[in-house]
Amino acid sequence: MTTEHWLGLVTGMFFGLLLQQGRVLRFEKQINAMLLRDMTIFKFMLSAVLVGMIGITLLVQMGQISYNHKALNLGGLLLGGTIFGVGWAIAGFCPGTAVGAIAEGRWHALFAILGMLLGAAIFAEIYPTLQSTVLAWKDLGKVGLPELMGISPWPVVAVFALVSLGAFYLFEKLGV
Amino acid sequence: MRPRSTLDFRRPRGKGQPDRFVHRILWAHLGREEGMPEKNVPWWRPYAAGALLGVVAIASAWATTRWLGKTNYLGASTTFVRAAGLLEKTVAPDHVAQNAYFTKEKVRVEWQFMLIVGILIGALVGAVLDRSFRLEAVPPVWRERFGPSPTKRAIAALLGGAVMMIGARMADGCTSGNGLSGLMQLSASGFLVLPVFFGVALVTAMLVYGRRTAP
Repeated sequence: MTTEHWLGLVTGMFFGLLLQQGRVLRFEKQINAMLLRDMTIFKFMLSAVLVGMIGITLLVQMGQISYNHKALNLGGLLLGGTIFGVGWAIAGFCPGTAVGAIAEGRWHALFAILGMLLGAAIFAEIYPTLQSTVLAWKDLGKVGLPELMGISPWPVVAVFALVSLGAFYLFEKLGV
Repeated sequence: MRPRSTLDFRRPRGKGQPDRFVHRILWAHLGREEGMPEKNVPWWRPYAAGALLGVVAIASAWATTRWLGKTNYLGASTTFVRAAGLLEKTVAPDHVAQNAYFTKEKVRVEWQFMLIVGILIGALVGAVLDRSFRLEAVPPVWRERFGPSPTKRAIAALLGGAVMMIGARMADGCTSGNGLSGLMQLSASGFLVLPVFFGVALVTAMLVYGRRTAP
């Protein structure tokens, strides 16, 4: 175990504990979010993003850390995102929560994990084909939304904060 | 009312019946109300847990930059590629070595792989401490729609998982890497793909689980 491994393990333990405490590891929480009956997943994700966004933006501006954007590859994101959405609704877990669900005893998630390993192996085989088709369509590079709009990150953070807080108010008012 | 599984050792078997051994040993000292319903989770819990995860993400970005020389953000799906590669390597090492995608993502146990191992441990600690651990083969929402067959559920989970992972790798990230980490960094890709994830999942879920047909 190197420093890299220890850092990953300890961070993951906090990640797993918080996923579990936020009650987002459950099949019913994920499906009921998609059916708009229970907003727990949205509350959890938006809170994490809001806090993380402020800290990450600050640390990048202080020169302490750097961004590691994923490419704005339109073909991959749109088609991949669609395929992901279908699989997610059927599996009832996303990749990280499937692992955590096992720890809560929801062992049917084990089959989702086996499926994901199978899917990863299939993807590795079709990758060359995708590279010359879907992924070659339109790649706008590794870019942040503020850069793309030519503005400072803070207005984007502010709008995101307002929208999130508005959503939180609505969720609690509606009791979902 | 879901039938109580014989494997369900979270709660005592009811008045007049002896508590399960595991239950007595593990939970008795916590002094909690037995069989505390899940409804008692306070309303602010998902917000608090989420906000703390935001703090963990910030700390992790800082720590990985400080000690590993490269800023790592939370993610999950690449680990499944590495795990699949490690498994395939045991039967066909040459095939894995020649595969462009495995070469690109590097088949080895690295930071994110250990992050996933950590998720398992952390979630287990939480589930044991708050007594929410429960062996479940078929979730209630699934049962309402498709009945109690664990085989049916297993096949769907397997197929769903496979489809989901193909999509995640095509989009270069899942709900963690593209969703949480993408939005935290204000990545254009995250803002584009997260609504697609949720939008398509919503439509699919409405079609799949929207009607209730099972008795």
